[in-house]
Amino acid sequence: MGFDPTIVVIDYHKGNLSSVERGLAAVGARVLVSDDPEKIKGAAGLVLPGVGSFGDAMSFMRKSGQADAVREAIDAGVPFLGICLGLQLLFERGSERTVNASSAIARTLVEQPLTAWVEGLGVFPGECTRLVSTRLKVPHVGWNQVDFTERGSSCALLEGVANGANFYYTHSYAVETADDDIVMARTHYVRSFPAVVACGNVYGCQFHPEKSSATGLTILRNFAEIVETECIVRASLDEVRA
Amino acid sequence: MLTKRVIPCLDVRDGRVVKGVNFVGLRDAGDPIELAAAYDRSGADEVVFLDITATSDNRATTIDLAGRAARDLRIPYTVGGGFRDVKGMRAMVAAGADKVSVNSAAVRDPELITRAATAFGSQAVVVAIDAKRVGPEGFRGDGSDLGAAAIMEKLRYAEHQDAPDDQDDKADAPDDDPVVGNHFNGDLRGPDRWEVYLAGGRVPTGIDAVAWAEEAARRGAGEILLTSMDRDGTKEGFDLALTRAVARAVPIPVIASGGVGTLEHFAEGVIDGEADAVLAASVFHFGTYTIRQVKEYMASQGIPVRLDF
Repeated sequence: MGFDPTIVVIDYHKGNLSSVERGLAAVGARVLVSDDPEKIKGAAGLVLPGVGSFGDAMSFMRKSGQADAVREAIDAGVPFLGICLGLQLLFERGSERTVNASSAIARTLVEQPLTAWVEGLGVFPGECTRLVSTRLKVPHVGWNQVDFTERGSSCALLEGVANGANFYYTHSYAVETADDDIVMARTHYVRSFPAVVACGNVYGCQFHPEKSSATGLTILRNFAEIVETECIVRASLDEVRA
Repeated sequence: MLTKRVIPCLDVRDGRVVKGVNFVGLRDAGDPIELAAAYDRSGADEVVFLDITATSDNRATTIDLAGRAARDLRIPYTVGGGFRDVKGMRAMVAAGADKVSVNSAAVRDPELITRAATAFGSQAVVVAIDAKRVGPEGFRGDGSDLGAAAIMEKLRYAEHQDAPDDQDDKADAPDDDPVVGNHFNGDLRGPDRWEVYLAGGRVPTGIDAVAWAEEAARRGAGEILLTSMDRDGTKEGFDLALTRAVARAVPIPVIASGGVGTLEHFAEGVIDGEADAVLAASVFHFGTYTIRQVKEYMASQGIPVRLDF
C-alpha cells in the first residue's frame, strides 16, 4: 500500500487559488484545495499560497486551527512549500504596517517607527518587513532574477532552474533572517532579500511559481517530486515495519 | 534587476477577441485564452484583457473568461473595462484575475480606488488613464458630465495647476540612470498638460492627467495604465513626454500604452518615457513583431528584459 500522494493547497479564505491548484495539476500532482485542519495534517505535501496580508492570514490560520495543523505536519516531516506570503508566514514575525518612508508623516516619525508586529508560524528565525525606498517603486512587481547562494545550487527545489532565471514577483514585504544556511537564493530589489529558502522538508519562494510561466512550473514539478519521493520512502518504511 | 515588462492587450467582447488577429497556429484565434496562452509561450510578461462588452448582461461571460484564464494561463493577467463598483471588481478577483483595471468609475468616484485597494491589496488595482494633450485653447471639459465627487476633484486640480511653475528646473536635473528608470523625482510637469478623457476619448473631464495619476497612487492604486488618446492607433510611438511626466510623478509602476508602431517605439517608452512596462495590441495581433523580437531589440538597447522563456 502506497501513501496517498495528495498535495493540499491551504485555503485561508483570502483569494482564488486556482492558479496554484492548476499549476500543480499541470505537473502531474494530485491536488486538493482545503481549509480543513484535518486534511492539512493528513496531507502528503502542503502548499501555503500567498494572498492577503500577514496579519489577516495569521489571524485566520490561528482561529481555524490551520496554524497548529501546519506546525504538526511540518514537524512530522511533510514536505511544505510556502509561496510569497506563504514563505513570509514561516518566519517568527511580520510587521503589519510601517509608515511609508516617502510620506511626510514618516519623515517626522523616522526616529520612532510605528511598527506593529504580528507573530508568524515561527518555523524559521527572522522577520518580514516592508521594502522601503524613495527611489524604487514599491510594490516590487514584475520579473526579476534569482541569485543562487552556495547551498542553492544543490537545492532540490531549484533543480533544472538556471542561476539568474527570471520569476514573477508582486510584494511590498520581504523577509530578513540571520540564518544564512536556509537561504538558497536571493533577489535584489530595494535590498537583497531571500527569494528561496529551504531547510529539511520546508521550502519557500518569494516569487509566484504559478505565475512564472514554464520556469515556474519547474519549481512546482520539483516540489511535486519531493512529495512523491517522500511518499515512496514512507511507504517502504511502513512495509519494513509490517 | 527588475525587468521591463512587455504586455499584449486583448480587446474582448462577449467573451471573444475583437479586432482582426493574425496569429499563426491557433485553433481558434477568437478565443482570448488560447491567444493569451500563445503570448505566454512566446514570452509575454503579462496580458491585459480589456472588456468592451456593451451590455452588463454579458458581464458573466467576462467573469467566466477570468476563471478560465486563472486555470489556463501561467502568467499574470489584468481584466479591465466596465467596472462600476467594488462588487464587480470583487467578482473578477474571486474568479482569479491577478489585477483589475478601473478607469471612468474611479474618476467619478476616486474613493473607489481606496476601497478596492483595501479589499484586494494595491498590487491588484490598476488605474487606467486615457489622456489627451491640452491645446492652446486649454482644458476641454469642466466636469459637468461627471458626478459631484469628480467635480470636487477637478477644482482641486485647477488649484494645483495654478501653482507657480517653478518645476521646469527639475526637467533639466541630471538623470542618474534612465534605463534603470525606476526613480521618480517628484513633480515634473514642465509646460506640457494632458487632460483625462473618459468613454474612449469622447468625454473630456477637465482633470489634469498627471495630477490624477498622483491622486490615484495616493489613494492606493498599484499601477497606472497610461494611454495617450492622441497616439492610440497612430503607430507614431508613445507620447513620451506624457509617459515621463506621469512616471516621474508617481511612486508606482507605469505601463505605457498607445501608439506603438516600430521596435524603436518600445525601447523609447522605457528609455525616454521611463515606463516600467510597455503595452501594445495590433503590432502583436497582426504579427508585425513577435514578443521575442521586441524584447531582443529592447535588450540590444540596454533595457533589462526577460528572455529565458
